Amino acid sequence: MKVEQIAIFLENKSGRLAEITSILAQKGINIRAMSLADTADFGILRLIVNDTESACQALRDEGFTVGKTHVVVIEVPDQPGGLASVLKQIKDGGLNIEYMYAFTQRSGETGLIIFRFDETDIAIETLNKAGVRILSGEEVYAI
Amino acid sequence: MMWDEEHETMPREELEPLQLRRLQDQIARVYATVPYYRAKMDEAHVAPGDIKALADINKLPFTTKEDLRKNYPFGLFTVPLERIVRIHASSGTTGKPTVVGYTKRDIKLWANLMSRTLAAAGATSKDIIHNSYGYGLFTGGMGAHYGAENLGATVVPVSGGNSKRQITIMRDFQATVLLSTPSYALNLADTMADMGVSPSDLALRIGVFGAEPWSENMREEIEKKLSIKAIDIYGLSEIIGPGVAAECHERQSGLHIMEDHFLPEIVDPETFEPLALGEKGELVFTTLTKEAFPVIRYRTKDFSRLLTDPCICGRTFYRMEKVTGRSDDMLIIRGVNVFPSQIEHVLVSIEGVEPHYQIIVEREGNMDTMEVQVEVSEAVFSDEIKKLEALSKKIQYDIKDLLGVSCRIKLVEPKSIQRSEGKAQRVIDNRKM
Repeated sequence: MKVEQIAIFLENKSGRLAEITSILAQKGINIRAMSLADTADFGILRLIVNDTESACQALRDEGFTVGKTHVVVIEVPDQPGGLASVLKQIKDGGLNIEYMYAFTQRSGETGLIIFRFDETDIAIETLNKAGVRILSGEEVYAI
Repeated sequence: MMWDEEHETMPREELEPLQLRRLQDQIARVYATVPYYRAKMDEAHVAPGDIKALADINKLPFTTKEDLRKNYPFGLFTVPLERIVRIHASSGTTGKPTVVGYTKRDIKLWANLMSRTLAAAGATSKDIIHNSYGYGLFTGGMGAHYGAENLGATVVPVSGGNSKRQITIMRDFQATVLLSTPSYALNLADTMADMGVSPSDLALRIGVFGAEPWSENMREEIEKKLSIKAIDIYGLSEIIGPGVAAECHERQSGLHIMEDHFLPEIVDPETFEPLALGEKGELVFTTLTKEAFPVIRYRTKDFSRLLTDPCICGRTFYRMEKVTGRSDDMLIIRGVNVFPSQIEHVLVSIEGVEPHYQIIVEREGNMDTMEVQVEVSEAVFSDEIKKLEALSKKIQYDIKDLLGVSCRIKLVEPKSIQRSEGKAQRVIDNRKM
């Protein structure tokens, strides 16, 4: 139920993002979802890709600092209130979100939300009980 | 093993009279042959005959780098150039280079002192010594080279630079001893990791590191990453080059000064008054036996103290505490003295932080600002902003706590701080006009 996410440390310098995407392109790696968090001095790029291991290796070889973490990807109906009901479950379950980002699927019927919880296993258990659909790694990498 | 047991274990009651005799000879010779020293002594109303005891040395005027520059290039040599067989010089990054010369006898003495140094580090004639100190005008490369050859070891004179090739050579030749600056040793360790070469692929057992101040934490890191025993040595070209003082492998704490050839003093860095044995201050050396280029009371700008307790290795020479900073490196930030080694100490005390850093000092209006750039290693990296911010706050807090100075921390990508190919450049001071 856990999905692997890559995080990459970036200084705020022009061209760094382009460099990362071209390294991944050269290795034939497809980006499934991404988000960039930034401060005045640095940024953290988070990526879900179809081949986590190769992506990490390729980026490390080029001298980037790379980390792997687990996130939870859930599906919500792509309609008003779709996210609100899930967030209510999360709040009621006492789960703590470190950060989240979202993307919609090509079909347009459901949205996918990526959550980074402080306690991933408990979060999965809670969401399962609440009947929220959690996507497996294979499903996400193959989107 | 000891290279020169007779002198290295000489009882103090024999050593001190030997030092006095040599000092008296040296002063008389310098007074007779170098007009500059003679003029300085005359000005201070001191004559060679006034040196009746070792303590009388404080009657003599100090020599500084400025004196050496004023006499550029050969003004302080005591012998005609035809007797000089070698010239070395400092890099001159802060002004005119300082030039030093050696007679045949000086070169032989130097080789013997470096052999003592290597033997103290635990090296023997059976070792293969990989010498990464720079060859050329810098004294490190050739000084270490002659000492290693004199010891009977097999010397690989690689000099600095091209780290990948260095590692290949170390592996293929199965070198057992590495000589380099400590920052370059870390550079080599990083390059090894990048190349997928592990310490067990190499045969290294000892590293002999000098030419720049380094911390105990850095020693631990080098020892761990290269799987060796790291030994600190001390020397400067103005005195002779490497071979002035060296740690023994038995203790690895405090560097035995080759006191039969160099007379150490510790003085107050502001008043220049001699300090009592054991007190910390600026290290001053007088050469006792050098021919071509003797120096009298040379102010090294290095901070240390003399340790007089007997050593388990059997050497009777006093030890100097590992140099923790130089008044040259010392930054004054808003009135507070800051040594880069203190910043390094803070960084390596934090789990996972590596000692790759640079200090950038600016003046904004009338205010000095200090920025410390620290590379983010995988060990400290997190996908969460708050954890990285907490790390930079911790560094900032610990620096403030230790030094009493606030600074800005900038986390930077790995390898974005230039790696040392010799002496690491830790400080960029943009305040100088």
